[in-house]
Amino acid sequence: MAVTYSLPRMDGMRTDRLKLAASLTRPMLALVAAFALTTLALLSTGVSPLEAYRLVLFGAFSTPVRLSDMIMLAAPLLLCAVGLSITFAGGLYNLGVEGQMIAGAIAAMVPLRLWPDWPPLLLWLLAGLSGAAGGALWALLIGALRQYANVSEIFAGLGMNFLASGLALYMVLGPWRRQTSASLSGTDLLPRDLWLPTIDRLRLAPAAPLIALLALAVVWWALTKTRWGLEVRAVGLNPAAAGRLGVAAARRMAETLAACGALAGIAGMLQVVAVHHALIPNISSGIGLLGLLVALLARADPRWLLPIAVAFASFTVGSIQLPLTLGIDSAIAGVLQGALVLFALVARARVR
Amino acid sequence: MHIAVENLTKRFGPVCANDRLTVSFAAGQIHGVLGENGAGKSTLMKLLSGYIQPDEGRIVFNDMPRRLRGPGDALAAGVGMVQQEPLDIPAFTVLENLLCAAPPGVFRSRRAAQIALLDLAERLGFPVDPAARLDQLTIGQRQQVEIMRLLLCGAQVLILDEPTTGITAAQARALFAALRQIAAEGRTVLFVSHKLEEVAELCHTVTVLRNGQVVPPGQLPMPQPQEYLLALMFGDSGAAPPIYRPLPAIDAPPVWELRNVTVRSGALHLVDLNHRFAAGRIIGLAGLDGSGQQVLLRLLAGQQAPDRGQVLVNGRDLTGAGAIAFRQAGVEYLPADRLHDGMIGALSLADHFALLQRNGLLVDRRRAEELARQAIADYQIKATPVTPIASLSGGNQQRAMLALIPPTARGILAEQPTRGLDVASARAIWSRLQARRDDGCCIIFSSPDLDEIMEYSDEVIVCFAGRIGPPIPRALLSAGRLAELIGGVGFDALVDVAR
Repeated sequence: MAVTYSLPRMDGMRTDRLKLAASLTRPMLALVAAFALTTLALLSTGVSPLEAYRLVLFGAFSTPVRLSDMIMLAAPLLLCAVGLSITFAGGLYNLGVEGQMIAGAIAAMVPLRLWPDWPPLLLWLLAGLSGAAGGALWALLIGALRQYANVSEIFAGLGMNFLASGLALYMVLGPWRRQTSASLSGTDLLPRDLWLPTIDRLRLAPAAPLIALLALAVVWWALTKTRWGLEVRAVGLNPAAAGRLGVAAARRMAETLAACGALAGIAGMLQVVAVHHALIPNISSGIGLLGLLVALLARADPRWLLPIAVAFASFTVGSIQLPLTLGIDSAIAGVLQGALVLFALVARARVR
Repeated sequence: MHIAVENLTKRFGPVCANDRLTVSFAAGQIHGVLGENGAGKSTLMKLLSGYIQPDEGRIVFNDMPRRLRGPGDALAAGVGMVQQEPLDIPAFTVLENLLCAAPPGVFRSRRAAQIALLDLAERLGFPVDPAARLDQLTIGQRQQVEIMRLLLCGAQVLILDEPTTGITAAQARALFAALRQIAAEGRTVLFVSHKLEEVAELCHTVTVLRNGQVVPPGQLPMPQPQEYLLALMFGDSGAAPPIYRPLPAIDAPPVWELRNVTVRSGALHLVDLNHRFAAGRIIGLAGLDGSGQQVLLRLLAGQQAPDRGQVLVNGRDLTGAGAIAFRQAGVEYLPADRLHDGMIGALSLADHFALLQRNGLLVDRRRAEELARQAIADYQIKATPVTPIASLSGGNQQRAMLALIPPTARGILAEQPTRGLDVASARAIWSRLQARRDDGCCIIFSSPDLDEIMEYSDEVIVCFAGRIGPPIPRALLSAGRLAELIGGVGFDALVDVAR
């Protein structure tokens, strides 16, 4: 199933004020509706919505540590969302992004475990390359299933996600188990000098957000300025017509999957070397699927990816305090994120 | 059951497919419905069988006005339609297919259904195995199953849309015998066809549609003179001797050459094609929809690989090489549906020229916009280089598509090149195509408009029921003769003479 995803025009748009107002009405309505739904959910648990919102919306900015937690979540989130904006441009729904992240994390572990005494800089580079390659290959499997076995990339991706988490679990409990005893909490921690340089008090590894921002810039450039990007967008809008004009449509689709997989793989590598410092079974932590929501809400428009990724990361980090202070589950952040995307999609739907 | 329509009107956008149609069909007879493509036959049949709803007018069954909300509704009222392509569930067995859509209470049990089915099959002379899966049956057998399903579900009126397309001669004979039997039992049969000989053989009356209206108003009793029916279907008719002589050969190597090509597509099976398409000619493909023109165009565009035989482009064997290889060899395909598979609606003309750039990492925007501006001036396209294609009018889209043909193209395949265009736009498109022909291109086009075929072709190839006729020089053809050939009259003789 080819899902055409119309990419908004990216070259500078000039709209007069009236048009701007009209174009903002629907998003504002969506925002109001999303908060109304979340408020209903909060009211049903009997807590004060204002107090909960204060934590969810601003909690991430309350202390420097929380802020850096938010940044460390936003980095892989942005990487996945940026990757997904490529597959969206190519007309594909890459639900396998979660599995690609896990595959990238596992692949990144390989050089780190094989040659732990090599220079760290070289190892990080190797881990990054290996993670990107792992994610890309995992994504290409989806492309192959789609191309040769006629399996929708949505279902192939979901299936491959299960496979990847199974593989991570197997690695953690099997070949890479702790020396003391196998533990679900993950492999042995990496040697301290292989951790990505971290500001200790803040748990912040500045390289991670920098990599994510670099990826955003490169992908924005590739999609808007290069011939490849134009071809990808053409394929995403109308594969039949693009093929008639001489674009190798199937190949471009596979390339978008590989590119998205590579970025997700780098996100997985960052989870290993910058956050958990080990392979844990839940290494992707749902970041890939959250990235899908970010990309959907941003409409794959690169200009919106960064603010939305930051907002979603701060909701998640802010809500972590909910159980302690208000005694409700932190899942309310998910309700807010999901409701935002849902109502944004409804608001965008054209009236038929 | 006696069925009638009164002032029935159905519009699709600006097109009036059925224009205040009034006609009635008596019970116990087989009624032929004739008309060229787009005359409104299928629309009328879909209205009668509930697939679509009329904008105005009434449908009356046995003097009772009816509103049909869907095909199930129509079948409950006693009208069933056998579609051209079988609308069944291929993974089901014959019996399951019968049971799954049966209205409640028709069959008491699986066993009862099987007995009823076998009983009817014997009466109609259709050999059928209730346990066979539908996807293992031929189109003809599936059609038989569908007819029996409709009758067992209580159809008093049976509508068949081009039923003899894609079935064997033996199956057609069996079908005709069964239809006579069904009519003799007091039911009504509507037989939609473009094959005059079949209508003459089978039908008690005939209704001719042209431009959404019945001409002349009301039914005609059969038999009718063939020339008269052709004149009704296609407008004027002139007689010309059926001679066939080839045009003088051209020295340049043929743009396309087909050697013993056999290709199958859906119900159509094109067998043993041997054709050479010379440079510097415009070749018109005439024939009713689905007679093989489309398959031939797709074959020549490389979108469909032959089952057997070779396809050569400019003397190079490109059999099975794929559409991109054909394109690189200089073949350009212009689909009828411009926005569906021709161009990308959300992108602009400049974007399209940028897409055609084959070198460099970056898009050369300036060059693309320059080419777009040039094309807009040359082809008089009403647009700016950055207007999205989708917001252009049909004629401007078609001009844009022509402008995007690379100058190196040697063969142009155009599917209905002037579809939906007004006269002035159509003429502009043709002057461009003729200029291409004069530059040495071979242009092959299909069109449902006989006047267009007669006006612009150097040679005409008639397609009839999956058979591709020999090229006939335009000078030797009259409009009446062409209309006859499209209806299959004298087609065999033509093929024999060519051989």
